Amino acid sequence: MDKVMRMSSEKGVVIFTKSSCCLCYAVQILFRDLRVQPTIHEIDNDPDCREIEKALLRIGCSTAVPAVFVGGKLVGSTNEVMSLHLSGSLVPLIKPYQSLLYQAN
Amino acid sequence: MNTTSTHFVPPRRFEIYETTLSPVSMWEESFKNNGGIYTPNSIIIPTNAKPDSLSEDTSHGTPHKFDQEASTSRHPDKTQRRLAQNREAARKSRLRKKAYVQQLETSRLKLIHLEQELDRVRQQGFYEGNRVDTNALGFSDKMSSGIVAFEMEYGHWVEEQNRQISELRTVLHGQVSDVELRLLVDNAMKHYFQLFRMKSAAAKIDVFYIMSGMWKTSAERFFLWIGGFRPSELLKVLLPHFDPLMDQQVLDVCNLRQSCQQAEDAVSQGMEKLQHTLADSVAAGNLGEGSYIPQITCAMERLEALVSFVNQADHLRHETLQQMHRILTTRQAARGLLALGEYFQRLRALSSSWATRQREPT
Repeated sequence: MDKVMRMSSEKGVVIFTKSSCCLCYAVQILFRDLRVQPTIHEIDNDPDCREIEKALLRIGCSTAVPAVFVGGKLVGSTNEVMSLHLSGSLVPLIKPYQSLLYQAN
Repeated sequence: MNTTSTHFVPPRRFEIYETTLSPVSMWEESFKNNGGIYTPNSIIIPTNAKPDSLSEDTSHGTPHKFDQEASTSRHPDKTQRRLAQNREAARKSRLRKKAYVQQLETSRLKLIHLEQELDRVRQQGFYEGNRVDTNALGFSDKMSSGIVAFEMEYGHWVEEQNRQISELRTVLHGQVSDVELRLLVDNAMKHYFQLFRMKSAAAKIDVFYIMSGMWKTSAERFFLWIGGFRPSELLKVLLPHFDPLMDQQVLDVCNLRQSCQQAEDAVSQGMEKLQHTLADSVAAGNLGEGSYIPQITCAMERLEALVSFVNQADHLRHETLQQMHRILTTRQAARGLLALGEYFQRLRALSSSWATRQREPT
């Protein structure tokens, strides 16, 4: 879907979320702790919500939200992000986008 | 036949037990020589009855027979006293027996009553057709058959866990090849992963059951984090057992500890948000009007997310174990798994000890 392609190709870390989704919130907290400020697209407020969801699933995301893209490439949902982080592979991936100024506690 | 043969003379005292000896003469002779035979609490009578004067009537018990014999002894007073003592002892014995039997009867009735009550309570707690044989915790809510099955499976899981721990302990104390050790380590890892699968299935049936750690012992539940142990806690328990670590390992472990803590914190905060949104949903609208179906409906939708949180927490546990396995050597991993297994065993033992302690009267 074009919209999804466009939004996901934005620079940096892009996350598709829903306002009611608490695991989405957890993923956002994790990136904040890693000193990354991701671009958040809350799709439940988007009129094309259902289409976006289907598109995300079709691309290969295990659950539609949260859907994490880094540098235009799909990383995955919560499971994938957590696995990457515990294996130590997430930080190298987001290094270009880590802020020096935005300090997490 | 004259049995008092010269080549064998048994001690006087024992003659009374010898049935081949002539009863009458031996009996009287024994009395004459020993002043009576002391037999505490019972009277031994030669089984061959005297041909004539011994009473055939045994209904009065042994003292009666003795009476007839004693009247011809040289020490009637001592005999009388002994007879009285025996009668008293026998009487007391009968009273004790009576009391004991009464106690047994009472206990038996109590047991029947308790069993009936237990059956009643069990019937109330189930959907029809389901039964639970054992439940370490006891329960008050209705339990679905899926949860009953999970509890039974978990019982088997713990048994297998204990067996694996024993095996690891034995093997690590002796000589073992890396190949064999790797097999044990892989089995132990698979065993933990099996538990996560079991929990996932159970969470779909009753997520609150899993969230509350109902199948665990009390001490384990004290440390509960979203239906299980904290991944960071796992690392804390295991780390001291890995020395010595190579430099790269030290770095890897350090990174794992940090990323594990970050992941855990993120999921914890997600859980907090879920609690807040759930509380908001339940408290929405007018509290006090008495009608709250919309709030309940909304809250139900929020609760759906709980299952994914339980799964995510188990995913973190799974990945933490997996990473530890990757970083460590086989031998280190084996020691670590042994340590982890025994840690949980100790927690279970603590629960039992505590429960026993609380039942003692203060």
